[in-house]
Amino acid sequence: MSVVTAQIAPTGQQNTEALVNAVPAPPTLLTVSGLGWLTVAALVIGLPDEQMVDRTGLLATLLACAGAAQLLLWAGSHVAPVLAHAGKWARWFVALAVMITAWELATAKFNVLPLPFFASPQAFIAVYTDDFPRLFDCLWHSLLLLSEGYFLGAAVGFVSGVALGWSTSVGYWAHPILRLVGPLPATAWIPIAFFIFPSSAAASVFLIALATWFPTTVLTWSGVASVQTAYYDVARTLGANQRCLVLRVAIPAALPSVFVGLFMGLGSSFAVLVVAEMLGVKSGLGWYLQWSQGWGAYANMYADLFVMALMCSTLITLLFKLRDRTLAWQKGLVQW
Amino acid sequence: MVSVSSELERPQAAAAPTREAAGAALRIQDVSHGFVLHNELLPVLDDITMCAEPGEFVALLGPSGCGKSTLLRLVAGLDRPRQGRLLVDGEVIAGADPSRVVVFQDPTLFPWLSVWRNAAFGLQARGVLKQHRSRVDDVLSLVGLTEFARVYPYQLSGGMAQRASLARALVNDPRLLILDEPLGKLDSLTRLAMQGELTRLWRQRGFTVLMVTHDVEEALLLAQRVVVFSDRPARIRADLYVDLEYPRRRDHPEILRLRREALGLLGLEKNW
Ligand SMILES: Nc1ncnc2c1ncn2[C@@H]1O[C@H](COP(=O)(O)OP(=O)(O)O)[C@@H](O)[C@H]1O
Ligand SMILES: [Mg+2]
Repeated sequence: MSVVTAQIAPTGQQNTEALVNAVPAPPTLLTVSGLGWLTVAALVIGLPDEQMVDRTGLLATLLACAGAAQLLLWAGSHVAPVLAHAGKWARWFVALAVMITAWELATAKFNVLPLPFFASPQAFIAVYTDDFPRLFDCLWHSLLLLSEGYFLGAAVGFVSGVALGWSTSVGYWAHPILRLVGPLPATAWIPIAFFIFPSSAAASVFLIALATWFPTTVLTWSGVASVQTAYYDVARTLGANQRCLVLRVAIPAALPSVFVGLFMGLGSSFAVLVVAEMLGVKSGLGWYLQWSQGWGAYANMYADLFVMALMCSTLITLLFKLRDRTLAWQKGLVQW
Repeated sequence: MVSVSSELERPQAAAAPTREAAGAALRIQDVSHGFVLHNELLPVLDDITMCAEPGEFVALLGPSGCGKSTLLRLVAGLDRPRQGRLLVDGEVIAGADPSRVVVFQDPTLFPWLSVWRNAAFGLQARGVLKQHRSRVDDVLSLVGLTEFARVYPYQLSGGMAQRASLARALVNDPRLLILDEPLGKLDSLTRLAMQGELTRLWRQRGFTVLMVTHDVEEALLLAQRVVVFSDRPARIRADLYVDLEYPRRRDHPEILRLRREALGLLGLEKNW
């Protein structure tokens, strides 16, 4: 054993060196991007505004802060090499500086893009400073509505999927209904839902739940149905009863497929959320979109879209994290 | 792998509990079985009658596809025979039971459970894991997987997975161990080591073993009796007694003689 260790020791040291070297050197591109952002800040404050805009000062300050932060990261990475990992985003920082400059010049500075439809960066930022309470309230209500509908739909979808996959008699009755009704987009139920349900909030929850339910149930079902019989055989010879076969074999084996269903369900629940909010609720990101369009407040629309994108992306990321934890036993998972 | 054998005898012998149930007696009476394929009955087992005494090591040898696995599934209680009866200790086999565990050719570990959880599955399924947690540790050290207890199956080599699968079976203290080509897919070195371990375990614990193998030499080195089957539908061609001490040498004249005989029964003597 010790001989073996002695033999591999030098290689091991080389590997350690390689690892140390693998920590990126202080990324010089960060200085370029940092100075770039500072330049953009100077441009913003230096050039006169052609359009009527507030918050030019705030925009310049934010840009300058971002530029300074990049320079600090670069300087700090000499002391704490961990910070050097930020270097991998340096090219993005440069590209963003270019894009923001183009955007600022085309709108606020030279008024190339006509005003009501295209908002300048300042106007975009002004939405968050001036209309924050309303926007935050909308985000909160959207999250509330979405989670009610999504969890309901996912829970019912999971249970019905397991039942469909496990019990032939449930499958016999539910399969034709599922085949006929399931593929209908949930939005097709809107007229009926708003008519049947006592409140538009309840109708919206129902629609979101429905949109989540279908992919979840179909993929849970197919996951349970395609579990290798060998696992059941092994479990049975080890003394498992029906309950144990479902809970400890069928469901865990089906989980990868269940997660595919949950992802698809989340995607379609976003779509339904926006539509439902445009139709029936008085607060929510979808409602805000329509409300700001009614006022011709395009900057508000863009700001709202940005929040929406952040929300959806965060939720998808959370689901990915949950999946990666739950399915740690699978190799070769896609990293998000 | 190597360290296991030395580790195996001492602590285990000391800890070997007296609860050790002796092996079960297996009786297979006039069993015929088949499958319906394209509306026709495909006969697979034809009037099989054989038995295994308590604690006996019986190997089943036969051409591929003759029905050996089918017979094992009947003994395990996973399927019912179309005709005939199978009895364990005088009682008709009515279903799967942890006293008759199967180790399949593929390890079929549950990929979502760690090695330890896999080994504990039988105890957990019967709701007795709390009282017997140490048994899981014992059996994992017996097969040399203590260090890999927390690892998921995809991180195991083929030989380790097969040992984990053996551990999962042994945890239940089986009275009849059913092995379906358990070493078939292993490389030859791992295979030799596991053959040794298997005989040691069997002699130490005293359970009855019913093992299918396609390797004539393996059957003769491990088993006390070798039952040779014909082509499908399987019939018993011969019942060879291997009356030799363990550990056996593969160049023992009696082994060589029986090997010629078995190969002859399988219609392969010219190839040897
Ligand atoms: N579930 C099944 N359905 C139909 N035919 C089967 C089934 N299981 C096994 N057979 C057939 O029975 C025969 C014997 O199979 P098996 O017992 O697996 O052979 P082996 O002796 O190689 O283990 C094969 O011809 C196989 O095709
Ligand atoms: Mg077989």
